[in-house]
Amino acid sequence: MKVRAQIGMVLNLDKCIGCHTCSITCKNVWTSREGVEYAWFNNVETKPGIGFPKEWENQQKWHGGWTKNASGELELKIGGKRRVLANIFANPDLPEIDDYYEPFDFDYQHLHTAKDSQHQPVARPRSLISGQRMEKIEWGPNWEEILGTEFEKRKKDQNFNDVVQKDIYGQFEKTFMMYLPRLCEHCLNPACVAACPSGAVYKREEDGIVLIDQDKCRGWRMCVSACPYKKIYYNWKTGKSEKCTFCFPRIEAGQPTVCSETCVGRIRYLGVLLYDADKIAAAASVANEQDLYQAQLDIFLNPNDPKVIAAARAEGISDNWIKAAQQSPVYMMAMDWKIALPLHPEYRTLPMVWYVPPLSPIQSAVQAGHVGMNGEIPDLKSLRIPLKYLANLLTAGDEKPVVRALERMIAMRAFKRSQQVDGVEDLAVLQQVGLTAHQVEEMYRYMALANYEDRFVIPTSHRAYAENAYDLKSSCGFSFGNGCGDGNNGVNLFGSKAKGVRQVIPVELKD
Amino acid sequence: MNYFDHLAFGIYPYIAFAVMLIGSWIRYDREQYSWKTSSSQLLEKKELRRGSIPFHIGILAILGGHAVGLLTPAEVWHVLGISASFKQMIAMGVGGFFGLICLYGLVILLKRRLTNPRVRASSNPMDIALLWLLLAQLLLGLTSIFVSAGHMDGSEMLKLMAWAQNTVTFDSAEAVAAMQGVHWIFKAHIVLGMTLFVVFPFSRLVHMLSVPLQYIRRPHQIVRQRFVR
Repeated sequence: MKVRAQIGMVLNLDKCIGCHTCSITCKNVWTSREGVEYAWFNNVETKPGIGFPKEWENQQKWHGGWTKNASGELELKIGGKRRVLANIFANPDLPEIDDYYEPFDFDYQHLHTAKDSQHQPVARPRSLISGQRMEKIEWGPNWEEILGTEFEKRKKDQNFNDVVQKDIYGQFEKTFMMYLPRLCEHCLNPACVAACPSGAVYKREEDGIVLIDQDKCRGWRMCVSACPYKKIYYNWKTGKSEKCTFCFPRIEAGQPTVCSETCVGRIRYLGVLLYDADKIAAAASVANEQDLYQAQLDIFLNPNDPKVIAAARAEGISDNWIKAAQQSPVYMMAMDWKIALPLHPEYRTLPMVWYVPPLSPIQSAVQAGHVGMNGEIPDLKSLRIPLKYLANLLTAGDEKPVVRALERMIAMRAFKRSQQVDGVEDLAVLQQVGLTAHQVEEMYRYMALANYEDRFVIPTSHRAYAENAYDLKSSCGFSFGNGCGDGNNGVNLFGSKAKGVRQVIPVELKD
Repeated sequence: MNYFDHLAFGIYPYIAFAVMLIGSWIRYDREQYSWKTSSSQLLEKKELRRGSIPFHIGILAILGGHAVGLLTPAEVWHVLGISASFKQMIAMGVGGFFGLICLYGLVILLKRRLTNPRVRASSNPMDIALLWLLLAQLLLGLTSIFVSAGHMDGSEMLKLMAWAQNTVTFDSAEAVAAMQGVHWIFKAHIVLGMTLFVVFPFSRLVHMLSVPLQYIRRPHQIVRQRFVR
């Protein structure tokens, strides 16, 4: 047993209101720079839809993630090592900028400088790459927002596979939607790391965060293709790939990531998970895709088990990390209550950002008697979101774990309603879903109240002990490698354009 | 031996090599962040694939051919039983074949870089200059095939081999002497080739020093410790 710790995340989709605060704060902090205007380390998609970049879930098209080769071994879907190198002159599986969107800005200055005219002046869009006028914006980071674009296009969503009669969900009365905030999954078996020819992408042992060494990255772009979640972005300006950093400077200081901190719906949870690193390879290569969810659960270690604690200490995991693991909301939701599920486990990367599936409107239908009951709980087949759709998203198509999670959330509501409104404890509903009253009270505390201290249990990494602060004196802090320089200088000796403000229309002063 | 020959074939090669070596060393040491392929595939994919693959295959074969052909001593060829005229024929055939493949790719790449608005706008002056330099060098090389066809005895080629081998053994007087009477196309080709060495550390050419062959041997996953305990 080789115990390692990782900070994992859970997103409670049941409470996501799709406000994009996470995306915007993340953007402001990390990607408001030339070259990554199009990149969203965190984005929120409206499902069903083809997502961002286009059809990212279609691995027949993009070849992301892992697959099992003829001899049963795990291999990257973009090909074995030799094939990766053979494709190094031009990557066949790389998305183009139009698969994300052409970044644009508007000629706002024109609103100030326009002359008197019969019509209102308009700020027209301009490409941030070529600087040329864009007559029509064809696609954007969130083009399908709240069921934007026609169903015929959104229907290509891979999660519709095996959903019976998917065409009826294009009808107004039958349609459904949910939000899916996405960020780097910081996988246990990351395909991006395995695909990097330069060895620049790596996973940190201390907290499991997957990062790209900007100095070592040579821009071969294989990580972009290999990541099935398409969460590595090639910076067309610097020629290096960039990705979600899980806000590691904040995590190290015991603070939540920016997306979690600013989430107004309180849907995000951060906590430590202990896992057995020796079991990763076996878990990622189980034969049946639907067993991957359980295989990943089996890697996680019980932080209250004395044997695990001893093994963790032997690996040098400090006591405050073990204590955090014992209080981890992520562990509770994934392991104790089994209401959090991995996103697309069939990619075999063992993702570490998990999701609580969303309930969809049912209560009023129950009260009107339109919905059949399954014991104490309404029949989940009556939910607007088809179970198969959620199962394709979260459990490689296996509906049972999704049903269990949804039923437990409904049971929690039924129990609390009877407790608060009727003044009785409805234990029958809990029995049906296999929860105790204590567990439900905890679920209620964590999911309904969702206090800050309960949502974010992040141990600090004790930099002061590990690093001599005197050595850090007058260093640069966070920089893009290269010491304090950014690789650009006035002389342009090493050939990079000087940064400048792109002033599109010259300012014209007018009284 | 005139002043120009002495400078171009006796001194300039050493300056070029020194600039390449020391320049690359400094850049690798101090400017790792700028050490990259500078790919523009994200901005335009179809033309890049059509151009980049033949370009790279062609130029790698040509580079390898030059290294083997120029630096292997004539005695070795003699022992192998390969006559100078036969070797020249091989060089013309194989070089011409890969030269045309390379030219096909290079023209596509140059056209793409100049005419695609996205690629053009994100290009450095050096990116564009480099493609023109390579095109000029490639065209000189291909033209030299017709010059060689005029005398199939391999004598001109032996002179060039003598120049290269005397240069790497630091016998520059012999090297300059070997270049006497060589056709101006070859001379121009050599001077431009040396210039590419000069340009090397200041351009994206450095990425060829980072061919990731170690990828084949390394394990799939990389885990780094933040602090060594």
